[in-house]
Amino acid sequence: MKDGVNGVALAVFIFFFLAVTVMGFMAARWRKAENEHSLDEWGLGGRSFGTWITWFLLGGDLYTAYTFVAVPAAIYAAGAAGFFAVPYTILVYPLIFTFLPRLWSVSHRHGYVTTSDFVRGRFGSKGLSLAVALTGILATMPYIALQLVGIQAVLDVMGVGGGENTNWFIKDLPLLIAFGVLAAYTYSSGLRAPALIAFVKDTLIYIVIAVAIIYIPIKLGGFDDIFAKASEAYGQTNPATGAPRGALVPGDANQWTYATLALGSALALFMYPHSITATLSSKSREVIRRNTTILPLYSLMLGLLALLGFMAIAAGVKVQNGQLAIPQLFETMFPDWFAGVAFAAIGIGALVPAAIMSIAAANLFTRNIYKDFIKPDATPAQETKVSKLVSLLVKVGALVFVLTMDKTVAINFQLLGGIWILQTFPALVGGLFTRWCHRWALLAGWAVGMIYGTVAAWNVSSPTQKHFGGSSAEIPGIGEIGYIGLTAFVLNVAVTVVLTFVLRAAKAPDGIDETKPSDYTADAGDAGVQVELPPATAGSSH
Amino acid sequence: MSNAPDVKSPETPAVTPVRVVIALFLFAPFVAMLWVGSYAKTDPAFIGIPFFYWYQMAWVLISTALTAAAYVLWQRDQRARRSARSEDGGVAQ
Repeated sequence: MKDGVNGVALAVFIFFFLAVTVMGFMAARWRKAENEHSLDEWGLGGRSFGTWITWFLLGGDLYTAYTFVAVPAAIYAAGAAGFFAVPYTILVYPLIFTFLPRLWSVSHRHGYVTTSDFVRGRFGSKGLSLAVALTGILATMPYIALQLVGIQAVLDVMGVGGGENTNWFIKDLPLLIAFGVLAAYTYSSGLRAPALIAFVKDTLIYIVIAVAIIYIPIKLGGFDDIFAKASEAYGQTNPATGAPRGALVPGDANQWTYATLALGSALALFMYPHSITATLSSKSREVIRRNTTILPLYSLMLGLLALLGFMAIAAGVKVQNGQLAIPQLFETMFPDWFAGVAFAAIGIGALVPAAIMSIAAANLFTRNIYKDFIKPDATPAQETKVSKLVSLLVKVGALVFVLTMDKTVAINFQLLGGIWILQTFPALVGGLFTRWCHRWALLAGWAVGMIYGTVAAWNVSSPTQKHFGGSSAEIPGIGEIGYIGLTAFVLNVAVTVVLTFVLRAAKAPDGIDETKPSDYTADAGDAGVQVELPPATAGSSH
Repeated sequence: MSNAPDVKSPETPAVTPVRVVIALFLFAPFVAMLWVGSYAKTDPAFIGIPFFYWYQMAWVLISTALTAAAYVLWQRDQRARRSARSEDGGVAQ
């Protein structure tokens, strides 16, 4: 790391940061609707986004700064195992092709804003809906914290993060400023702000990747040299474990882990509230299907990005904290001004998802906790106000988390979040296709999955950590090492199916289903599907 | 609506060859990607990139093409069904 502040890079970074800040505040006036005080308007951008905006929004949302830092960092640390992100994102699209359009349709017929809204309407169970909402909020918060960790990594490499000895206030000031800006424009512009900023973010990221993937290999002597050097580095024994650092290709023992991680993560991705928020804001069912055919462009980008991890090794980047590998590679290889552009791309890449995630968590709280349990007669204006405040609180919580706790805590919780969120799959996706599962069975399955997943993750130790050392453990009954989230999910489904048989035999009361079969296939323009729906909860009276 | 366990989807769609093809297109990436043993090797390399890496990136393109094809087929299938339904004066649900 160069000593002191990298002035040129910092200037470029600040320039882009100011530009998106202005955009964020102006976004409130972009595609403005008549009724700006409804939650649909603030929280779903008026449900009016077409194919391209949805594409940018989803891309901005799913491929976060943390992804850009963490995926190459995993490759840098251990090689092949980190590349599972690519098959994972490949599998996501055929999956969402089959179920998301149904969710879009039923949500637009009934004015659902969150996944919990749907679960409550479908199964007539506030308990199940609360479980889904709490899981969503719990899983999202550490994710937001990780976005701030991403910004911190960039600031550190630019030299404005300060060393270990600087006063904590000076050290954290840049992060506090970035955070304040994010909070302010989310509060005033809602989902429109990240949608608009996502254009800048993706454009910057594409430019940086395109340059990095051509320029760096040329400087390093081509891919042959890069992989030869990486292979050599992975072969060296890690003194902490006594085993090689990693491998270029997963060995027999690691193939189960690789496959289950890819599948489990793919199933989990669209259970996250923020990906659903971005999906529901699109204006028609077709927008979603069309998007599954263009979203994989991001997967290609992710694959190229992952290769940067090898380049970091070949370029001789040596960092203790793997998260700094890629920012450090950029600073080493690029001229200062372009390093600034790259850092801006990562920094802005953190702001977009952080904004969408906090909006999604706030929607969940307002609709499924505040309105269902605290104040059933809340008006749309009150709902919006509560949502705005909660989105602020969620971000402050994430900030406190990052500033007061060790970074590994945020990473551990993010790992747990993935395991947890996957446990809402049977209620949500199952519910989209069949009403067979009993609501109490789903709740029991969810609880079993959550408990098993948490305990299993707690028991994983690594050379550096006693607990939460990783996301894989032995699969009971198979004996191979696999992703804990997927094992918990299988358990969850098994419990749900068995208990459904039992409860049906015992004639346990089934909840009321407010949806009709035709709700799941309705498209914009069909009867009962409006572009903008008022929040239609049972208690709302006008 | 019925809650009988054997009712899979309220609008139980007839399985047609086109729909089977769509399902295969959507299912193929799962087989290819989860069968890690089929691609866990370094050779043949492509411009210096080991097989393991370029093969998976190639699958990004292949799965994109498959999903796009499934999308087009699905659109056609829906249109055909809609016109068939209006000619028959509505098919039973």
